[in-house]
Amino acid sequence: MKTRLARHWISGSMIGLTYLAAVLATLPLLLILAHLIRKGAASLSLSFFTHMPGPVGETGGGMANAIVGTLILISIACAIGLPIGIGAGIYLSEKRSMPLAQSVRFLSDVLNGLPSIVMGIFAWTLLVRPVGHFSALAGGGALGAMMIPLVTRTTEEMLRVVPTSLREAALALGYPRWRTSLSVVVRTALAGIATGALVAVARIAGETAPLLFTALGNQFWSTSLREPIAALPLQIFAYAISAYDEWHAQAWAGALVLISIVLVISLAARVVTRSKFGAPVD
Amino acid sequence: MTAVPAPAVSTDRRRLTVHETAIGDRIYEIVTTACALVVPALVIAIAIAIFAGAWPAFSKLGLSIVTSSDWDVRAGRFGAAPAIFGTLVSSALALIIATPLAIGVAIFLSEFSPTWLRQPIGFLVDLLAAVPSVVYGLWGIFVLVPLLREQVMPFLRDRLHLGATPFFSGPAYGPSMLAAGVILAIMALPYISAVSREVLMAVPRSQREAALALGATRWEMIRDAVIPYAKSGIIGGIMLGLGRALGETMAVTMVIGNRAEISASLFAPGYTMASLIANQFSEATSDLHQSALLAVGAILFVITLIVNAVARWLVWQVSRDRAV
Repeated sequence: MKTRLARHWISGSMIGLTYLAAVLATLPLLLILAHLIRKGAASLSLSFFTHMPGPVGETGGGMANAIVGTLILISIACAIGLPIGIGAGIYLSEKRSMPLAQSVRFLSDVLNGLPSIVMGIFAWTLLVRPVGHFSALAGGGALGAMMIPLVTRTTEEMLRVVPTSLREAALALGYPRWRTSLSVVVRTALAGIATGALVAVARIAGETAPLLFTALGNQFWSTSLREPIAALPLQIFAYAISAYDEWHAQAWAGALVLISIVLVISLAARVVTRSKFGAPVD
Repeated sequence: MTAVPAPAVSTDRRRLTVHETAIGDRIYEIVTTACALVVPALVIAIAIAIFAGAWPAFSKLGLSIVTSSDWDVRAGRFGAAPAIFGTLVSSALALIIATPLAIGVAIFLSEFSPTWLRQPIGFLVDLLAAVPSVVYGLWGIFVLVPLLREQVMPFLRDRLHLGATPFFSGPAYGPSMLAAGVILAIMALPYISAVSREVLMAVPRSQREAALALGATRWEMIRDAVIPYAKSGIIGGIMLGLGRALGETMAVTMVIGNRAEISASLFAPGYTMASLIANQFSEATSDLHQSALLAVGAILFVITLIVNAVARWLVWQVSRDRAV
C-alpha cells in the first residue's frame, strides 16, 4: 500500500505536469507570432500592398496581385459556400432528428476533416482537366466546396441556440413555417451565422494546398476568372522555398499579413459569439 | 436576447391564405433540402472523380503502387510505399508528441485552471488551429529546421547516445521526418485538446464528487473517475488529430525534405502522400504519372475518411449522453 503522503505527492506532481503541458502547448503559438512580427514587420511597408512582385535580387516590391487574387478567390468561395452552407444548416436545425439530417450532419463533419489537398485534386478533375487550363474559378470552387461543410455546421450550432418558445410563439400567431424560420429563427441567430461565415472565411483564406493545381498562382496582374490567379498563401509558399533572401523577406511580410487577417477575424468572432450568446463557447 | 424582433403581425395587412402558406412551406422545404443534399453529393462526387482518375494507374500498376518503393517518373515506375510509410511515421510521431500535451492541457483547463486563466489559455490553444499551414511551413523552414539541425539532433544523437539506435542515426540534414513530426504535433494539438476538453467537461460532477468522497486524491479522481468516463471521446479526439496529421500538406512539404526513400532514421528526409501530390501534380505530364498521383490521393482519401468517420462516431458516443 502506498502511504498517504506518497499518494498526495504523486497527485501534486501530476497536477504540476498538467500546468507544464499548458505552458508547453501555448508556447509554439507565442514563439511563431513573435518571430513573424519581428521578421515580417522589417519588410512590411506600404509598397507591399500597392506594388507588384519585384524581380530576383531587388529589394522592395509587393504582393498587390496576390492580395487582390486572394480577395477574388474568397469572393468566389463565398458565393458558392455561403448560400448552400446556410441552407443546409437551416435544414439541419429544422429537421433535427430526421435520418437524412443525421447523415448530412455526420458527412459534414467527415468532409471537414478531409485533407485540403484532396479537395484540390477533386477541383482539378472537375474544373481544370475538362477545360484544359488553370483558373481562378477552379481555385474559388475548391475553396467554396471546403466552406460548405464548415458553414453548415456553424449555422446549425447557432440556430440551435434560438429558444423553441420563439418559434412556437410565431407559429401560434399564424406565421407560416417558412416565415417563422426565416424572419424569427434565422433573424435571431443572424449575428451568430455571420460569425460562422467569418470563421469559415478565415479558415479558407490561408489554404494553400487546394489552390496548387487550381488557381496555380500568377506573377502578373490578373483579375480574370478564367486565368490562373495569384494568391497570398501560394506566393508565400513560392517565396519560402525559393533560394533568395529578398524573397524570404517578402514571404515573412506576406505571412504576417495573412496571419493578421486570420487572427483578427478569429478574435472578432470570439467576441461576437460571447456577447451575443451569453455563455462562452467552451 | 435583444436582437429578437417583435413579430409584426398587426402591420401585416396582407393575410396569407392557407393555400399560399402551404406553397411557401413547400418551396422553403425543397430549397433547404436541396442545400442539405449537396453535402452527401459532394462526398460521392469526390469519391467518383478521384477513383475514376486513379483507375488507369490501379489497373496498370496493380498492387505495386502500394508495395513498391521505386518511384521513377521517367521510367514510368510508380511505387508509393515511401510516401505511405512517411505519412504513417510522421503522423504517428506527431501523435506521440501531441497526445500527452493535449490531454494535459485539457485536464488543466477542465479541472485545475484558475477561472481567469481558463479563457485565455483555451483561446490560445484554439488559435493554433487557425494558423495557416503555409505559415507553419515558413516558420518550420527558417526556425524549426535550423534548431533541430544544430541543437536537437546532435543532442539526441551524441549527448543522449541515441545514435546507437537506428532511429536517431545518420547525418543531421535538418529537413527530416523528425521536423515533419514536430510541426504536425503542433498542428494536431489543438484538435485533440479541444475535443478532450469538451468530453472532460461533459463528465458529470457527481462522478468527481463520489471519487473525492471515497478519499481519492485529486489526481486519483482524474485517473479513476474522470478519464475512464471520457475515454472514448478522448480517443475520438486523438483520431481527429490523426486525420489532420495524415492529410496535412503544406507545412510537411516544406520541412520533410521530399526524398522517396524508406529510412528507419527520423533524421533522414522522407515523403508523405500529400507532399508527393503537392510536389509533382502540376508538373505531371504523362497520363500514367497523373493517374498514379490521383491513386495516391485516392488512398489518402479512403484512409482519412475512415479515420474521421470513426473519430466522429466515438465523440458522438460520449457527447450524445450530455444534457440534451
